[in-house]
Amino acid sequence: MNKIMLNKKLLGSLMLALVLTACKSAPMAEKPAAVEDRTAATQSAPKLPANGADTSAIKEVVINSNNSNSALKDPSNILSKRNIYFDFDSDAVKAEFRPLIEAHAKYLLAHADAKVSLQGNADERGTREYNLALGQRRSVAVKKSLNLLGVQDKQIETVSYGKEKATVGCTNDACYKLNRRVDIAYESD
Amino acid sequence: MFEVEFALNIYTNPKKDIKPLMYRLKLTIWCSLLLVSSWANAALEIEISGGGAQQVPIAIVPFAQGDVQENIANIIGADLRRSGMFRVLETGGIVSRPTDVTQIKYAEWAALQAQAIAVGRIEVLPGNRLKVSFKLADVLKQNQLVGMEYNIAPNQLRLTAHKIADVIYEKLTGEIGNAASRIAYINKAKGHYALQVADADGENPQTVVYSGEPIISPSWSPDGTKIAYVSFEKKKPIIYIQSLMTGQRIVLANFKGNNSAPSWSPDGNKLAIVLTYAANSQVYTINADGTALKLLTKSNAIDTEPTWSPDAKWIYFSSDRGGSPQIYKVSALGGEAQRVTFEGNYNLSPHFSPDGKLLAMIRNDGGKFRVALQDLTSGQVQLLSEGAQDESPSFAPNGRMILYATRIGVRGTLAAVSSDGRVKQRLSESGGDVREPTWGPLLN
Repeated sequence: MNKIMLNKKLLGSLMLALVLTACKSAPMAEKPAAVEDRTAATQSAPKLPANGADTSAIKEVVINSNNSNSALKDPSNILSKRNIYFDFDSDAVKAEFRPLIEAHAKYLLAHADAKVSLQGNADERGTREYNLALGQRRSVAVKKSLNLLGVQDKQIETVSYGKEKATVGCTNDACYKLNRRVDIAYESD
Repeated sequence: MFEVEFALNIYTNPKKDIKPLMYRLKLTIWCSLLLVSSWANAALEIEISGGGAQQVPIAIVPFAQGDVQENIANIIGADLRRSGMFRVLETGGIVSRPTDVTQIKYAEWAALQAQAIAVGRIEVLPGNRLKVSFKLADVLKQNQLVGMEYNIAPNQLRLTAHKIADVIYEKLTGEIGNAASRIAYINKAKGHYALQVADADGENPQTVVYSGEPIISPSWSPDGTKIAYVSFEKKKPIIYIQSLMTGQRIVLANFKGNNSAPSWSPDGNKLAIVLTYAANSQVYTINADGTALKLLTKSNAIDTEPTWSPDAKWIYFSSDRGGSPQIYKVSALGGEAQRVTFEGNYNLSPHFSPDGKLLAMIRNDGGKFRVALQDLTSGQVQLLSEGAQDESPSFAPNGRMILYATRIGVRGTLAAVSSDGRVKQRLSESGGDVREPTWGPLLN
């Protein structure tokens, strides 16, 4: 019961965070309005928690997540390593990333409520749409690796940014390589 | 050969107050109001190098236009020059300023070696209207070729100039012109992304959508009233369709996984899109209202970048099903795919010429990504661009020019090349990183 209420409050705080994030990054049409988005933003605003109790609930969640996250954030723990790198135009997960993936699989199996987003990326060479598809294939390749280790799909989301988040102006493969990767992002990060 | 360079800057341009009503900034208060308004002030510069072999020498006499600010003869001249088909003559040395055919002293213009001469005037009518009259004459035959009159609102003056340029172009080349059309592109600056629409000459840029997250793959509806695009604003690629007139938009596709690569069918009723809904990237068709989703390609590979043939019978797309990325085609009704490109080990981004005879694409040419053009009848391929990271080729409405993005340093800029490779232009936006241009249809 308590947990459910907490979850509701957590949801409220997440919504607040979402609205604030939306404002910060201003994902909006100029004059032509994103009709449905604006409506969503203005409708959700009045529902935001406005009293002290909710504020304390936000604090509680943050503290909890920090505690459960310590292994994920500890630089000496392999779980703090979140990047899996790939060869050019390839989605093959290389053997050297095996221990990293195994560690995250173990963590996910031990924490049934933990969720990860696998974010695929590509280097700047080639077309945007092809790289979007390639980034997706990379994130799915990592997901399959986790699946083979017993992690369920409900704990995993795959996303691709293609080359949109890539560093531009690379002149050698050492630079390109850093963009050909899947990032493991925990929902609690 | 000639070289022209002119910077068009609307900071100092008085036309600001005559922007079309549909574009007047109806800024609803949101978070980054200031940033948003600064976007609207970015303009494009145009550079031209090279030219067609047989350019028609033409004189465009400054119009008699009283207090009307916009220099209509300059706009017409720039349009014709940019087409690569005309040599626009300097008229400063000629004393006479004819505004009608009857006033032309042909000997003066023949001495200037003009083959054609355009004259005209603008009169202010009651009710804040303008009457633009224009006539085109043959200098050698000393007769009128065409005459037009336009009764317009002041904010239609630039568009009218573009239409006059297209009338001249068509009369003297026998083909339709491109001046009265618009281009769309993504402009990234200060960590934000703007989908912008500008006139084909780079002027009058307007922001359609502005976001802190990437926007990619803009696609014009065939009637030019809407643009489909992919936005990452919800932290994943989702396809939207937005009306340019009203700014209203709908979510076309927001399925599990990626939703991307929208491309309109020639009749505007459907789009081909790419989803990772079931597994890997596959091509689907969907009605423009988001109904009737249908899987079109079935492979274990990446299938993406669909584009419709102008006769609507085929959908061409990129796929790495054969090992390396190549272009394939499949019937718009579904079925087996057939390979289209065989030269080179990397061909992507197919885009049709309006007549369906040529296919522009991006080819990996020894590590450089360049625009290539394949003749679909003969199979012959020609490389058209010289950059290292060229992308998004699209044809002008008459098929003569191909617009694409090229990289200079770490910034993208717009470039265009004629489909015969002879005329090359660069349109550089000051301050932004411009990518994914796409040429829209002619304006009515």
